[in-house]
Amino acid sequence: MGGMRHKHILDMASLSTADIRTILDTAERMKEISRRPIKKVPTLRGRTVVHFFYEPSTRTKSSFDIAAKRLSADSLSFSKATSAVVKGETLLDTVQNIEAMQPDVIVIRHASAGAPHFLTRHCQACVINAGDGMHAHPTQALLDMMTVREKKGRLQGLNILIVGDITHSRVARSNIVGFQKMGARVTVCGPPTMMPIGIEKMGARVAPSLDDAIGGADVIMMLRIQKERQKSFLMPDEREYATVYGLNLDRLQAASPDVVIMHPGPMNRGVEIDPEVADGPFSVILEQVTNGVAVRMALLYLVLGGK
Amino acid sequence: MDLIIRGGRIIDPGHFDGEADLYIKDGKVAALKPGGEEGGDEKTVRVLDARGKIVTPGLIDLHVHLREPGEEYKETIASGCQAAVAGGFAAVCAMPNTHPPNDCAQVTEFILEKASDAGAARVYPVGAISPGLAGNGLAPLHELHAAGAVAFSDDGRPVASSLLMRRALEYAQGTGGPIISHCEDPALSAGGAMNEGQTATQLGLAGIPNAAEAVMVQRDIALAALTGGKLHIAHVSTREAVEAIRIAKAQGLAVTAEATPHHFTLTDEAVRGYDPNTKMSPPLRTAEDRDAVRQGLADGTIDAIASDHAPHSSIEKVAAFDQAANGIIGLETSLALALGLVHAGVISLPRLVELMAVHPAAIIGVACGLQTGMPADITIIDPDSEHTVAAERFRSKSRNTPFDGQDLKGRAVATIVGGRVVFELSA
Ligand SMILES: [Zn+2]
Repeated sequence: MGGMRHKHILDMASLSTADIRTILDTAERMKEISRRPIKKVPTLRGRTVVHFFYEPSTRTKSSFDIAAKRLSADSLSFSKATSAVVKGETLLDTVQNIEAMQPDVIVIRHASAGAPHFLTRHCQACVINAGDGMHAHPTQALLDMMTVREKKGRLQGLNILIVGDITHSRVARSNIVGFQKMGARVTVCGPPTMMPIGIEKMGARVAPSLDDAIGGADVIMMLRIQKERQKSFLMPDEREYATVYGLNLDRLQAASPDVVIMHPGPMNRGVEIDPEVADGPFSVILEQVTNGVAVRMALLYLVLGGK
Repeated sequence: MDLIIRGGRIIDPGHFDGEADLYIKDGKVAALKPGGEEGGDEKTVRVLDARGKIVTPGLIDLHVHLREPGEEYKETIASGCQAAVAGGFAAVCAMPNTHPPNDCAQVTEFILEKASDAGAARVYPVGAISPGLAGNGLAPLHELHAAGAVAFSDDGRPVASSLLMRRALEYAQGTGGPIISHCEDPALSAGGAMNEGQTATQLGLAGIPNAAEAVMVQRDIALAALTGGKLHIAHVSTREAVEAIRIAKAQGLAVTAEATPHHFTLTDEAVRGYDPNTKMSPPLRTAEDRDAVRQGLADGTIDAIASDHAPHSSIEKVAAFDQAANGIIGLETSLALALGLVHAGVISLPRLVELMAVHPAAIIGVACGLQTGMPADITIIDPDSEHTVAAERFRSKSRNTPFDGQDLKGRAVATIVGGRVVFELSA
């Protein structure tokens, strides 16, 4: 198995299909570590990983934290609330301060698209994007691809349906790019108010209605809908959203018998996904969380030169 | 046969124009046969003599305020539907600015139920764009559409937020229904009682400039271009709006428009007597604007004639001009005024049928025509019948019309909805 020439993981667009395959294969090996009674290997002993979370995220941060610890790296967290950021320090100041502590990897979550790219210009450490604004969430896309590959045995030729607020979703963007690289077809569906102009140019087909799109999907990925979208007139209310774009058992009747249901979490049960679907036999939502740790272990390992 | 309409000139634009007999059975058009044949059978229930008359697909008025629920003293769904069929309309679109407004399925269902009870014209409810017509959120357009709403509008309360209008044009695409925009910049029209111009200056009334309409028409066209949404512009009153729509259509945008009989008939000169029945929104404009609207109707820029039937009681209308409510009734004068354009040589009869039936149906996505198997919604028109408008005999509950006492030429002599004769002019 070859290594990876990338020092940074910024988005799916900059990864080759060979890179993606390497990451997914490595993640499968890493997953095995998490099944051991002693879930720790010394691989990254003496390395320092900084989790710089400018935007709150318990899940992704915990996932990275566990990944670093299972590889024996020293990790520490910088969050907006605990750092000097709140005192008016600029992003550059904060980055320079983190850099002065000489970390090996900086994992960054930031509300601004391109913030991880900014980091790469101002520090020596490897940078892993844990979500930047509406732009990219490559580790989520990779764990999604890992989960689908596990379930389906392949990615090539699959039909992936992504449903929800495509405009505001970095998960959707990264999955549109990533799955297509691996030979899958991606269809997006959502209220026309949440469908960004030019999404077809990214290769995604836009489905006019969820009911039309469900039948042909091998994988259905439901995105979290934010109630605040009501204020910017993007949707009437959660009730109508659930009626038109929510995944419920009724709608699922039209799906293929081996469909896989995914959600990046956290879920709004009863809005974009009904509890019976989220907890039902087609759901792989908790496996996504398990695979998230494995993918992040693989990325930490690979950016630091592992093979 | 349930009904035979004999010997009329049948105008079904794009399909048929000529003298023929129309056969109706089970609420549908059963056949159309060249005149003179003694068709029918012993079971024929009724024969209507339409010799010398025009037989057209049932007229549809895209813009009617039925006032129920909430202001039943002005109009009820039943009285409005009676007024509609008396005016030759087989169907009307009911605007949502009732009390409560039509912003949820329950109100839509209530309207449809009342309309069905009335048993006269069909009613196609228009749902609200925003809850309470308040302009600060999206109403549940899918829910409204599923309940029977055919279009969406905050008519009477112009959508001031460009963002909300953008989102509505986007979101409504999921339903297929158009957004009907009452184009008026509320900041520019605030305080105005009539068209801004020399007449307003002489009368000492505050004016509403053409720009109040034009800027919103331009804005909404830009948003239709951005979103690809279906935009229908209500009651076009200015030459600037006509020109903007003409350009938008040339660019291939999904933009349609309607004009009212009062805007293509009257000008702001009619306000000189301070008659509150000449006060409406948008206001009567200048002769130049009226002529531009007529030109738009003739050349296809404006797709439909709609009355903006707006009943008010004496409480709202017997008042000082600037204090009076906006709006006039139109269901029972609309066809005669439109026929006025035919008599004046502005439009042809087939064009009138397009403006009052074919295009309105296409805009809201309902069937229209006299081909075999289509719902038998039919209007029989005597284009030459001379009569004097008598508001006190209107079927509408309200009397607020500036045309009372006027001599007009042409009117409906029978209206048929789903094969039932729901109106016949008494001789
Ligand atoms: Zn209006």
